[in-house]
Amino acid sequence: MAALDRAARSFLLTELVMGFALTFKYMFKAKVTVNYPYEKGPLGPRFRGEHALRRYPNGEERCIACKLCEAICPAQAITIEAEPRDDGSRRTTRYDIDMTKCIYCGFCQEACPVDAIVEGPNFEFSTETREELMYDKNKLLANGDRWEGEIAANLQADSAYR
Amino acid sequence: MLLQALAFYVFATVTVASAAMVVMSRNPVYSVLFLILAFFNTAALFVLIGAEFIAMILVIVYVGAVAVLFLFVVMMLDINISEMRQGFLKYLPIGIMIGIVLFAELLIGVGVIGDSSETLTALNAHGPQVLAGDNTRAIGRVLYTQYFYLFQVAGLVLLVAMIGAIVLTLRSRPGVRRQRVSEQLYRPRDQVLEVVKVPTRGGV
Amino acid sequence: MVADLLHFFTTHWLGQGIVIFAECLLVTGPLLLAVAYMTYVDRKVWASIQLRRGPNVVGPFGLLQPMADGLKLVLKETIIPSSANGILFVIAPMITFMTALVAWAVVPFGDGMVIADINVGILYLFAISSLGVYGIIIAGWASNSKYAFLGALRSAAQMVSYEVSIGFVLITVLLCAGSLNLSKVVLAQSGWFWNWYWLPLLPMFVIFFVSALAETNRTPFDLPMSEAELVAGFHTEYSAMTFGLFFLGEYANMILLSALGAILFLGGWMSPIPLEPFTWVPGLVWFALKIAFLLFIFSWTKGTLPRYRYDQLMRLGWKVFLPVSLFWVVATAAVLQFGGFLPVPGK
Repeated sequence: MAALDRAARSFLLTELVMGFALTFKYMFKAKVTVNYPYEKGPLGPRFRGEHALRRYPNGEERCIACKLCEAICPAQAITIEAEPRDDGSRRTTRYDIDMTKCIYCGFCQEACPVDAIVEGPNFEFSTETREELMYDKNKLLANGDRWEGEIAANLQADSAYR
Repeated sequence: MLLQALAFYVFATVTVASAAMVVMSRNPVYSVLFLILAFFNTAALFVLIGAEFIAMILVIVYVGAVAVLFLFVVMMLDINISEMRQGFLKYLPIGIMIGIVLFAELLIGVGVIGDSSETLTALNAHGPQVLAGDNTRAIGRVLYTQYFYLFQVAGLVLLVAMIGAIVLTLRSRPGVRRQRVSEQLYRPRDQVLEVVKVPTRGGV
Repeated sequence: MVADLLHFFTTHWLGQGIVIFAECLLVTGPLLLAVAYMTYVDRKVWASIQLRRGPNVVGPFGLLQPMADGLKLVLKETIIPSSANGILFVIAPMITFMTALVAWAVVPFGDGMVIADINVGILYLFAISSLGVYGIIIAGWASNSKYAFLGALRSAAQMVSYEVSIGFVLITVLLCAGSLNLSKVVLAQSGWFWNWYWLPLLPMFVIFFVSALAETNRTPFDLPMSEAELVAGFHTEYSAMTFGLFFLGEYANMILLSALGAILFLGGWMSPIPLEPFTWVPGLVWFALKIAFLLFIFSWTKGTLPRYRYDQLMRLGWKVFLPVSLFWVVATAAVLQFGGFLPVPGK
């Protein structure tokens, strides 16, 4: 009887039919994917996206050219040159990040004593040419100005755990 | 009629030319491809004389199965062309003789040489009397009545050839573990699978 | 004037030629459009089985996606590898594409709606579908690449193996219908939908469908292009429109085999219910619906089943399908002969 049962099962392709039924059922389930350009998933406050150089509320740039980020960068993507400014304060004359080298590890952000270089929430900065990914100081400062609200909120949200 | 004649000459020319190329081309793969072209054009010629069943069977059997296997073998083999050419002159006389015999037979059959009326009447006496309806039915009528035993014998010969080929190539080596699909599929779950509750830090 | 034109188109060879050419265009154009949207439906079905969305950006609901893909293939550069056999390399995709198209000459879309209503329609379809393997095998050889060659060998062996069981399936249907003409096969199935051959010949219908999957190199039999082992199989070296022709040919072949399945087992252009409101729907619509149903099963299969191993594929073809279909041919013939169901010749 068991043999007959097995034979009937294999000739009637029961296992195939069960598999097909399962996939048919899945066809009408809700989609789990996010409809990306129109919907976006939530990002955590520690998300490491595009870099930005921040300013103090009075407009003064935070970076003091200590070069800790340059030193710690494992991909050696950061290049800094510094000179004393006219008012005697130490500031960068050049702050370049090669975004094609960067591995988005976030060490620069960890190393920075003044929260100047940060990785913001922006991840949509693809470009059509390679040259556009060689960020200079102006680009980074502009990023900082553009994303300051989000960056400050993220730092605030994360500060309890630091 | 003009179109039909035109089509006939085109197909016939291509058939003969590609048949010649089968023998003449240097690359054996090209030879097989030209052979396929020849088969195909022959099928077209069959269609022109109204023998569509034979034409389709020619394409299905020769082009679809036999020539694929030819191509298969020829592509896999590493054939040295210069080596193959070595025996060419030695076998040339025999080849020419066979060719002449075949050609003569063809001429006699068609009736160019000798008195054709006798052979034709002899052929007609044995051939299918009625060719009414489509030729599929006509062939079936003849094949399964008049030539039934010959047809069966031909099938038996093929069967013997197939069994022979299998016997020649079948090796049974001891100690080889084979996959037995039915055994695997019929393994009941309660005999092979046991869910064990493993105590913490106890191990199985 | 009208009579003159009618005379020209029905009797003069040039007029007949123009009519045949127009008929071919009338079949090929919608067919290529169907191929384009088959790719779209395929992707949507797989996506929804995998809880994804599928193409939805180009045009409303992504409906223009096939056009965008086609445009991309046309605009890209055709690369012919330097060590490839140039002529055969280019001819191979053309063979695949052409064999997929010429087979449609004998497919009846409705009562009398067929380009060439020849006596041996089924054999013609079978012959043409067996030619398709040459495109693949030549492509594999001409590419001069090991992946392509291995893919071509697999494909050739696979298609030859499964053609045997398809042949037996065709013989069974022929025994029941009593004709090699596709229109007559459809007419032999007239009546309610349980009169169609899918129910009396259900095992053969299953074998036909599975063999059709193998013939068109679709999952679970897509070993000739299994990306895990062979990159892309026989079309590894192909790019742009040469690849596009393979792609079109493959999908056209799928639609062709679905059409063949609809004709042989699902009553072709017949309405499933031979009553008033349903018979008003044109036969072409029913035929298209049946093809679409079979194509949906094609996609559904791809979304459900994993790929076979090669020895399993061969085992299924030669050790399961061949004996079963052979047995079924004999059984059908016996039932027809001794049960008194033999079709009357000439009817």
